Amino acid sequence: MSPHSCVKIRKEWDIVSARQLGREMAKKLGFSTVDQARIATAVSELARNIYLYAEEGQICFEVFETIERKGLRMGAFDTGPGITDISQVMQDGYTTSGGLGAGLPGVKRLMDEFDIQSEIGQGTQIKTVKWVR
Amino acid sequence: MNSKLIQIAIENSDTIVQMWLEKIDSLKVDKFSSSTSDELFENTNREFVNVIFTSIKQQGSLIEVVAFSEKIITLGWPLSYITDGLQMFRRVTIDFILSNSDQVDTSFFSELLTSVDRWVEPIIHQLINEYTGSWEHILSIQRIALQELSAPLIPVTDGITIMPLIGTIDTERAKLIMENLLEGAIKHNSEVVLIDITGVPVVDTMVAHHIIQAAEAVRLIGATCILVGIRPEIAQTIVNLGIDLTNLPTKSSLKKGFTSALEITNRKIVDLKPKEDGIEEMIKSLQGE
Repeated sequence: MSPHSCVKIRKEWDIVSARQLGREMAKKLGFSTVDQARIATAVSELARNIYLYAEEGQICFEVFETIERKGLRMGAFDTGPGITDISQVMQDGYTTSGGLGAGLPGVKRLMDEFDIQSEIGQGTQIKTVKWVR
Repeated sequence: MNSKLIQIAIENSDTIVQMWLEKIDSLKVDKFSSSTSDELFENTNREFVNVIFTSIKQQGSLIEVVAFSEKIITLGWPLSYITDGLQMFRRVTIDFILSNSDQVDTSFFSELLTSVDRWVEPIIHQLINEYTGSWEHILSIQRIALQELSAPLIPVTDGITIMPLIGTIDTERAKLIMENLLEGAIKHNSEVVLIDITGVPVVDTMVAHHIIQAAEAVRLIGATCILVGIRPEIAQTIVNLGIDLTNLPTKSSLKKGFTSALEITNRKIVDLKPKEDGIEEMIKSLQGE
């Protein structure tokens, strides 16, 4: 396992492999069971978004350490249609697919840091971090 | 020309086989685990090269190739053993014929390449087909096996049915869960349906959404749905995600869920014989000895 690895999301089952990789890396970094479940769930949400809306993209993981703390950086990158109104998708209950609409705001709450950038026709980039406590 | 080359190859088969065996030995180091004995490896190599020569002698007959590929698949050896082996055979044969020919011009060279390709290609083709066929077969069997396991429904007593879910839930499986749940609830005349998610590794919004929908559908047919087996970390992620499960009765374990299912159906579990008596009797009988 390298400190930086990516999983391509094309099929529904790729979500599972992304999630497994995320969980494995979280485990090795020493996250608690609850945080492992949080990370796995966040990966699942982001990967599913790629699968549902962008059709193709990837989930990347990176371990990074500073003197004071260490954490897992997780990014979701796609080249899909992009998001028109980011503030709207960050609201609880907003959905275009008939789901619960808790995905992205949920990920923000599951992770410690969250950053989203999207350009219409270019794709979406989501970068998140979870610190080991 | 082709037949002449076949003649040369067959006449010198011993030398070619020797050259090939030397080369293929290098594969063992990086491709095989130590569990493969040298003897088996050597025997299989000899069989492999015999199969190739038989095919060349019989002008491309593939009967022996099929038998050999079945053997390799049973042994579980990598496909690269076969492809690398045949590539090596091609190279060795071409090298040998070239080094033993007096006149080598471009037309001879190109004819040699074409001929050797014509011997080797059908064998590669056949072996790869056999291999991928076997993989596809295994895959389709496993898919069916998985589907059979994906949404089982167990009627435990009158009116109470349990659906234990283990493993990842994808859209196809979610659909099956819903169908089996409703069909089974009606078939078994269930009053309470317990969905056990102890074995579900991750509950994300999609999984939660499908469970909520299934529970709602169960409610519509007049039964009650209880979600059981919510592990502590799953409970926390559900809260973080902000999923609203207030309309769905939940219990931490299947045992607790079953107890409340009995309550709903106005029943309870009664011990026919009080436990204490049994223990006291045992102590008495031990003391008596």
